[in-house]
Amino acid sequence: MTEMVKLTAKDFATDQEVRWCPGCGDYAVLKAVQRTLPEIGVDPSKTVFISGIGCSSRFPYYMETYGFHTIHGRAPTIATGVKLANPELDVWIITGDGDALSIGGNHTMHVLRRNLDCQILLFNNEIYGLTKGQYSPTSRVGTRSPSTPFGSVDRPVSPSAFALGSGARFVARGIDVHKNLPAVLKAAHAHRGASFVEIYQNCIVYNDDVFAPFTAKENAGNQLWLEAGQPMLFASGTKGITLDRERLCLKIVDVIDGDWQGAEVIVHEPHNRGVAHMLVEMPVGQGWPVALGVLYEDPAPTFESAIIEQNRALSEGKPADLQALVSKGQTWEVAKEPREI
Amino acid sequence: MATATKFVTSEDHARDVPEAVVVRFAGDSGDGMQLTGSQFTLSTALAGNDLATFPDFPAEIRAPQGTTFGVSAFQINFGSATIDTAGDEPDVLIAMNPAALKTNVDALKLGGLIIVDEGEFGARNFAKAGYEQNPLEDGSLAKWQVVPFNISQLTLDAVKPFGLGNKEALRCKNMWTLGLALWMFDRPRKPVEDWLKAKFAKAPQLAEANIVALNAGHAFGETAEIGSPLKQHHVDPAPAEPGLYRTVTGAEAISLGLVAGAQLAGLPMFFGGYPITPASAILHHLARYKEFGVVTFQAEDEIAAIGAAIGASFAGSLGVTSSSGPGIALKTEAMGLAIMTELPLVIVNSQRGGPSTGLPTKTEQSDLYQAVYGRNGDAPMPVIAARSPADAFDCAIEACRIAVQYMTPVMLLTDGYIANAAEPWKVPDTTTFERFDVAFHDAPLGEGEAVNPYARDDKLKRVWIKPGTAGLMHRIGGIEKNVGTGHIDYDPANHQAMTDIRADKVLGVANSIPPQGLEQGEAGAALAVVGWGSTYGPIAQAVRRARARGLDVAHVHIRHIWPLPTNLGELLRGFGKVIVPEMNNGQLKTLLRDQYLVDCRPLTKVSGQPFKIREIETAIDEALA
Repeated sequence: MTEMVKLTAKDFATDQEVRWCPGCGDYAVLKAVQRTLPEIGVDPSKTVFISGIGCSSRFPYYMETYGFHTIHGRAPTIATGVKLANPELDVWIITGDGDALSIGGNHTMHVLRRNLDCQILLFNNEIYGLTKGQYSPTSRVGTRSPSTPFGSVDRPVSPSAFALGSGARFVARGIDVHKNLPAVLKAAHAHRGASFVEIYQNCIVYNDDVFAPFTAKENAGNQLWLEAGQPMLFASGTKGITLDRERLCLKIVDVIDGDWQGAEVIVHEPHNRGVAHMLVEMPVGQGWPVALGVLYEDPAPTFESAIIEQNRALSEGKPADLQALVSKGQTWEVAKEPREI
Repeated sequence: MATATKFVTSEDHARDVPEAVVVRFAGDSGDGMQLTGSQFTLSTALAGNDLATFPDFPAEIRAPQGTTFGVSAFQINFGSATIDTAGDEPDVLIAMNPAALKTNVDALKLGGLIIVDEGEFGARNFAKAGYEQNPLEDGSLAKWQVVPFNISQLTLDAVKPFGLGNKEALRCKNMWTLGLALWMFDRPRKPVEDWLKAKFAKAPQLAEANIVALNAGHAFGETAEIGSPLKQHHVDPAPAEPGLYRTVTGAEAISLGLVAGAQLAGLPMFFGGYPITPASAILHHLARYKEFGVVTFQAEDEIAAIGAAIGASFAGSLGVTSSSGPGIALKTEAMGLAIMTELPLVIVNSQRGGPSTGLPTKTEQSDLYQAVYGRNGDAPMPVIAARSPADAFDCAIEACRIAVQYMTPVMLLTDGYIANAAEPWKVPDTTTFERFDVAFHDAPLGEGEAVNPYARDDKLKRVWIKPGTAGLMHRIGGIEKNVGTGHIDYDPANHQAMTDIRADKVLGVANSIPPQGLEQGEAGAALAVVGWGSTYGPIAQAVRRARARGLDVAHVHIRHIWPLPTNLGELLRGFGKVIVPEMNNGQLKTLLRDQYLVDCRPLTKVSGQPFKIREIETAIDEALA
């Protein structure tokens, strides 16, 4: 066997011109992925990027791997077929808030509950960019857009809460331009099963700075980066999250001189599903931080491994004898001489 | 003791039902089979059929229950043509207990339908009837189609509100059975209800209980969505050649054909499906063929089913999906993706009455436009149609062949009748089948060479590169691709070129199919009856009868709906006249007129019922008058 040549980010870039708007958050995510894959050491010929429709769904064209730019909302279905046909392939689904939660909401739910082994990167920019700026299922109430000139009135869905509610075993969050994104991607890749990653991605043209209240440099204190075994601290360690044990909800506490134990700040245990539900449901703003990093992880058997194991067990010792198959069941011999009908 | 009765109705009414059907009701003397038979007869006479009956009951008024000599039977032969006898071999046997089955089953036509009351099939009744084991399970009924229902229990459930004793309640099961039979043959219930009310005028509760049982049996037939092959015309299935035979339903034949097709292509098969009547049976069959490398996936919806099949094809399996009209409509956008990305895929459409939910359990051929034209953009796709359950096996293999040899989705049309009906099938020798092994493209790139997933052979088939192949990474998708490189390209001239290539590739499939032949008659006949799909039976019979009367008529039956056989235009132009019987509003007729400018005359029927031989025969007579 030939020795593996160490690949770089450049090896994962195609010769195709990237056609997102200048300043789009997608560039940062693309760079992060292209940088992370060689660090993980993946084989580009065994890697498949599958997308639906939307700005983010152009992603596969820029990755020097196998890729399939499919139809609106259906990337999880194509990914399911790819993975069941060849479980050795490393499958990434690239999708957006409209693609995954509006037209493709059904498929997102089912790929998560089935726990297909894949990484799902949901680029959430709270807007339909490719169709020129209509409000999306994640847009906040009051979003003014060409289709809601007087403000949207319907309540948005939280992608991570949706994922958790659908039975996802890995839920993480990242920010397009944040330095922690590669670490989140690595954790998602390391998890066996459906890894759901919500990436806050800025649409510079139609929804600029919608996440600035926590992504802007001066607002970085509103980011709660979770790490397994570490206390849930934010605002440079001056605030923390504790559990209101009487009312069974989360509470913000002040941490004085780093004494988080004294403030009863809780330690992040990624497999704690109950706390994960509270973390994804934390209200935006009103002094609450946004939970980022790996919010929840608790591996379970994957869909394709269960299917393959069942098929293997049932076909063991049974030859694929086509003649026997067609001759099976209710048969009888006709021995008479041929006759005219 | 046996007596024969014969009713003859007016000639007008007699035209309504074409073929003769023979039904035999058999049960214990106490089961009320004669009443069932005579009431069925009354309904049938009122429905305007000619008929003849043959009541056959034991001399004893009450022979010991459950014994063979206690069996009472009633046979009826009815149809539109003149009925002269009560029929030699029943098409349908309704047996209320093992003894009734035992004494009557041998008379049944090969491949005929047996409906039994499972509730009576226990050890005690086996012993009384002289069965050593359960005949429903030991394979002794292999030559027929057996449909067991627990009629006893279903009757008890239905009449429960009346608080009758067990014995009294069970007396209603003949009315339950009659209700089912009336449903099967579309007979009215009203005459039976009136008769029951008159008969039990002094015990209105019993009248009500019997009517409820009657309605329950009728509703059971309707809501259980059991296919009703009896509403369809059967071509005489008597096998002519010696050999091994088995019965197959269309759904079974398609499943076996798909497995065979994938094996002949040397590929694992991936089947994505979603439950829908009458297509679900294909998913059920394939789910049991694990050892043939078949992966089945019950998806969350029709779109996911085809999406997963496309994904599997991309990854190197033979993707297959199946549905019926409404589900096919949902899959349409994904079919466009398979056309655009030029991936092999087989889509089976078991047609049913439409539009929308339409008539889920009734047969129709109204998805031809949908199959040939029904997609956005210029989206050509090969379409083939099976004519019978057994033919569906060959058609499934043919669909697989075209899909992999041309890298294209292929639609296989069947219908509710074909899917559910069973017919005897001579087991083929699969070792003689021609293989069409797939060769994946895996040649390493030359110096300075770029991967081109749209590189084509002389048939215009593009290369199939499996993800996982070293060094040949590439991207495909629904956006138009450059004709030379496979990269995204919006250039007008390029789109024209790619559209032309997709059309030419599919038209080229015609070079790989046999020329159109004739089922009966000669090229250049005064009249041709041109059909497709499951109308094969009535057309063949009608043409046979017309030819026996000396008429110059030919039968052409088209399997390849798109592209059409290369000689078809010339063949059609040679006939004096052409009529096209279809269970739709004239879809093949339009296609043929469009392609060949031949004056094809429609003969259409969209009642959810198949053609009657007589209807086609009449059309032949009128065309040649």
